[in-house]
Amino acid sequence: MTTTTEPVKAVTPHNPPPTPLLERLRVPSAFALGAVLLLGIAPLALSDFRLALLAKYLCYAIVAVGVSLAWGRGGLLVLGQGVFFGLGGYAMAMHLKLADAADTGQKLPDFMQLYGTGDALPWWWEPFANPLFALAMTVVLPMAVAAILGFLVFRRRVKGAYFAILSQALAAALSIWLIGQQATTGGTNGLTDIQGFFGYSLDDPVNQRMVYFVIAAVLLLLMLLARQLFVSRYGELLVAVRDSEERVRFLGYNPANVKLVAYVVAAGMAGLAGALFVPAVGIISPALIGIVPSIGFVIGAAVGGRASLVGAVLGAIAVAWAQSTLSDAFPAGWTYFQGLLFVVAVGFLPGGLASLWTVARNRRKATTSSGSEVTA
Amino acid sequence: MTVILNQSFTGISIGAVLLLIALGLTLTFGQMGVINMAHGEFIMAGAYTTYVLQKSISSAGLSLLVALPVAFLVAGLMGALLEWLLIRRLYTRPLDTLLVTWGVSLMLQQLARDIFGAPNVQTHAPDLLTDNISVGGGITLANSRLFILGLALLSVLALTLILRLTPLGRRIRAVVQNRDLAEVSGIATGRVDRMTFFIGSGLAGVAGVALTLVGPIGPTMGTNYIVDAFLVVVVGGIGQLKGSVITAFALGVLQSVLEYSTTVSVAKVVVLVAIVAFLQWRPQGLYTLRTRSLA
Repeated sequence: MTTTTEPVKAVTPHNPPPTPLLERLRVPSAFALGAVLLLGIAPLALSDFRLALLAKYLCYAIVAVGVSLAWGRGGLLVLGQGVFFGLGGYAMAMHLKLADAADTGQKLPDFMQLYGTGDALPWWWEPFANPLFALAMTVVLPMAVAAILGFLVFRRRVKGAYFAILSQALAAALSIWLIGQQATTGGTNGLTDIQGFFGYSLDDPVNQRMVYFVIAAVLLLLMLLARQLFVSRYGELLVAVRDSEERVRFLGYNPANVKLVAYVVAAGMAGLAGALFVPAVGIISPALIGIVPSIGFVIGAAVGGRASLVGAVLGAIAVAWAQSTLSDAFPAGWTYFQGLLFVVAVGFLPGGLASLWTVARNRRKATTSSGSEVTA
Repeated sequence: MTVILNQSFTGISIGAVLLLIALGLTLTFGQMGVINMAHGEFIMAGAYTTYVLQKSISSAGLSLLVALPVAFLVAGLMGALLEWLLIRRLYTRPLDTLLVTWGVSLMLQQLARDIFGAPNVQTHAPDLLTDNISVGGGITLANSRLFILGLALLSVLALTLILRLTPLGRRIRAVVQNRDLAEVSGIATGRVDRMTFFIGSGLAGVAGVALTLVGPIGPTMGTNYIVDAFLVVVVGGIGQLKGSVITAFALGVLQSVLEYSTTVSVAKVVVLVAIVAFLQWRPQGLYTLRTRSLA
């Protein structure tokens, strides 16, 4: 009873055993490889047209980073990311429309002269003439909306499917509202025909390339941020809330706050993606942010692997690429394929493609271990 | 005043449609905790069933009457098949079920497009149902909407009777209240689940028949209703019919009165805000089964 045992240093995630150098270099080198691919090789190898397409896919990938955080790690099925994508996009597009109008000496954006009721700018458009305000709003506005909805919903422990449906209803409501406000939001058409981006003409291919670089850099930065969140104490708490919310509550944490942070950060990322989407594609419209595209934001992450950051990003890019390639060639075939993708990826491979490797390794391990049993 | 009353009646008939759709959802959601996004496509299946039947049966009234049970069967069998093929494998992952069934709904929509063409099609309502009844005081009630209201109330009645009086209903209630206990008591929960799915999806088919009277039939008609129907389930609370009945009519009336006083788009936003506010007060919905589980 009195034997003194040597104090064993507990191996916890915060007190990990020393890892080999190679293991420690894996993430930085993968990140460096991604950066070289996106910032170095892709702009050299791709034509202007393809690079512009890639810029668009990368915007979806930025949304997927947030989805991976909120859904993959937090278990919050965010079916309304289109709302935040749209808020960011509209905030940016409103500023660019105003700047375009000012360049040509007009007081109002072109569509308002067509459908507008009067010749005065609506009061809530006016602050967006200021570039800094508009830029801030592309992130602040989505985060504020997410914070309000998230606070109200999580505080009352509305969760799971209920939360998913509410977030989806928000996407439906925003797109219907935008369509209804033809005179001030461009209605179904949305805000189109954007010419300039903070003084740079978007017709010039050089400036289009610049927009691509901005988007790729933002994606890489946000992936770093998300990676830090994933490995932080907060990231572990988030996974714990996903897996057993009640247990986390009993441990003295408030799961509502944990979920709120993930939801708000994901909303901010979607907003930023929307803002970058506008100069890359030149349009933002209700059709891009409603229920269907909102679910589309989730499917990319699901295919690649919702809980794996790289998986979610690659999945989003791959699905967006498949959509634009296949939907032009076989419109009907694409819809079947997309439906099948949901069924197969989510139903039978919940870890996404990123888990294929682990699944295969476990299977091999299982077969070799059972084999050794036989020989023993 | 008459306008408000007329709008309220329109709202009640919208509520009746929502109710027909939400009845099936509240059953399957309440019992199995799964969200079936393909429910909207069962509505579509019911509507196209009416369309097909009307091509072979020339009398509009007769074809409508035949369509009701046939649509129930068609949609119900589709639901049972979906449950058997996919959903029963996903009971432990309700959120994933939502995405998987969304995929199914995409495929079913495309299937409808391939079979019937992308443009909307129309059916002829029987003459009896195209008339209006004037109640007096400037209030007119469209017969088609009265018919839908009657259909919804009849469905509620039938479902209540099934749940209260039949052995199947007793089993369904047992599974809703406590699945494990029901299973150890010898109830084949898998079979009960399939029957629940059959009935719930069949009701969506009936809703589809009703919708042919008030709107066009198209591949995406289900999507227009499915979000609202889910909101009914969320607000009404799961597993009990009375919550859905009250909520469906309340949302329908609120929506149509707001639509009159503002615009359609503003009404949608206000209704959503109202729902979030309501959930502050009753996060579990209007009526819930009290259980001792934490979740």
